[in-house]
Amino acid sequence: MSQAVAPRFPPPEFTETSHVLPVPTAPGVPAVWFQYLDVAVLIAALVFVSWLLLRRRSRAGVVATGIFSILYFGFWKKGCICSIGSIQNIAQALSDSSFGVPLTVLFFGFTPLIFALFFGRVFCAAVCPHGALQDLVLLKPIKVPAWLDHSLRMLAWIYLGLAVVFAVTGGGFIICQYDPFVPLFRLSGSLTMVLLGVSLLVVGIFVGRPYCRFLCPYGVLLGLASSVSKWRVRITPDTCTQCRLCEESCPFGAIEKSTVEAPVRPQATDQRRLLLLLVLLPILIATGAGLGGMAGGALARKHRVVNLAERLQLENTGVVPDTTDASATFRAGTRSLESLDAEARALRHRYTVAARWCGAWIGLVVGLKLLSLAILRKRPDYEANQSRCLGCARCYRYCPQELQRLGLPVPAPPATAVE
Amino acid sequence: MNRRHFLSGGLRGSLLLALGSVLGAVTGRAKARTTVWQIDPWQCTACGRCATECVLELSAVKCVHSFDMCGYCQLCTGYFEPDPNRLNTAAENQLCPTGALQRSFIEEPYYEYTINEPLCVGCAKCVKGCTMFGNGSLHLQIRQDRCLNCNECAIARACPADAIHRVSALQPYQFKSRERKT
Repeated sequence: MSQAVAPRFPPPEFTETSHVLPVPTAPGVPAVWFQYLDVAVLIAALVFVSWLLLRRRSRAGVVATGIFSILYFGFWKKGCICSIGSIQNIAQALSDSSFGVPLTVLFFGFTPLIFALFFGRVFCAAVCPHGALQDLVLLKPIKVPAWLDHSLRMLAWIYLGLAVVFAVTGGGFIICQYDPFVPLFRLSGSLTMVLLGVSLLVVGIFVGRPYCRFLCPYGVLLGLASSVSKWRVRITPDTCTQCRLCEESCPFGAIEKSTVEAPVRPQATDQRRLLLLLVLLPILIATGAGLGGMAGGALARKHRVVNLAERLQLENTGVVPDTTDASATFRAGTRSLESLDAEARALRHRYTVAARWCGAWIGLVVGLKLLSLAILRKRPDYEANQSRCLGCARCYRYCPQELQRLGLPVPAPPATAVE
Repeated sequence: MNRRHFLSGGLRGSLLLALGSVLGAVTGRAKARTTVWQIDPWQCTACGRCATECVLELSAVKCVHSFDMCGYCQLCTGYFEPDPNRLNTAAENQLCPTGALQRSFIEEPYYEYTINEPLCVGCAKCVKGCTMFGNGSLHLQIRQDRCLNCNECAIARACPADAIHRVSALQPYQFKSRERKT
């Protein structure tokens, strides 16, 4: 279907010259194989890092691969395509049947998760440019108190919930919008985003990988998958002698103490606490769902249609005197205000439902976190927590057995361990 | 230890199954053929955000010219400032802030207007002039050799006319022509 457009001015009729009308140039789209190259590099890097981390036990190799990832996935690919953002494409595709996902996005979304099920978070170790960049700036690690670490880690779960809410309702991809490091990889971006990225890196000099631990929504999924991984980072290549040399080596608070020497807590107190938390869990979920439902209307404002409908209402009731570009364009167009309002109403309802689920999700996460903290697990050895370990390989060289394996001089054990 | 291994194996299996089913559900909608962002020039209101909102330092959006729509006017409202001092190529008379729109004499009374693409910043000043008072042959397009094909296009988000959408990579341009496709 096409309709002729009457020009205001007639086309030229060249009589003196035989001028031929040029046509606009159309520089092409980069070839598709270019994208499959990225997938190949991703898989190759994941395999290589798994081998380096679990078999070779080489920190230098992990760092070198990390630098490659920063250069390739960061500066060369300009931070896009990335696994963190792919969550949103997948969520939107699940809710909206007309939304197609490119195969490459699926590869980037699922391959690191499948690797995490078998080898742990090798993606975080050195394949994700965000993680690798933060790992490089970590110069003076300080220990984050356990209570603060556990609470801040909740943020990532909330971020994941919100990102899914906005993706399934068509409100945009917030993970991409508020990505702190992509402006650095692109060497351009809004001032606030650049400042956020730089300040995260400055904080990252002291606090190990703040984005990965406290904000990354994909890290949440990787942590879940990694918690049941088949193979994992083992600090010692042999048997743990409880020498405690590795105790403070992890800048990400992932090393958990052996429970051999832990004081025994009275069982009755533990059971009572557990029972209380189990009762609290449904209450938390219900509260979360209720609060989420109330926040739905505010979240809906991020959607362009809801935003425009509210703006038009303000203008029509005379609350604001001027128009925006969007409202002026709408008024000049043919669409009726009623149909826009109807769409906005439907969207608000959709947001309320999604936000209720998100609230329930947050309640569930908080409840399960409290439960997991209340349950005492027996650990005979000092080991890296499977879901928190980012696979940086720093702890290896703290283990005297590892040094022995490598034929390096073993330092004298600390005074406390001698007794 | 055995029980723990059994549990983690079982959980791993069920997580794999869960991942597989999500993958299966999405794969039905997967596209091998990629899509790219493009501006529908008929919806564009030449607001100028393309020049500033693109994540690239120099926007991927440039002005293009559908010559078959152009009237080859001597007084081009896309080229000249409103009420120009003289109808010549002096910078003070030009609308384009970078001098990217270039004018050349063909024959009396026709002039051709071409875009020097490296200079164009996609500010849409010429597009606005041409669309409001002329034939509307100047329009904006996302240049696919420059576009990063971001997951979420920053100018699509900022566009007040909702004129930017994903289109098939097989037809990555939507040039204006005398026949408006509907």
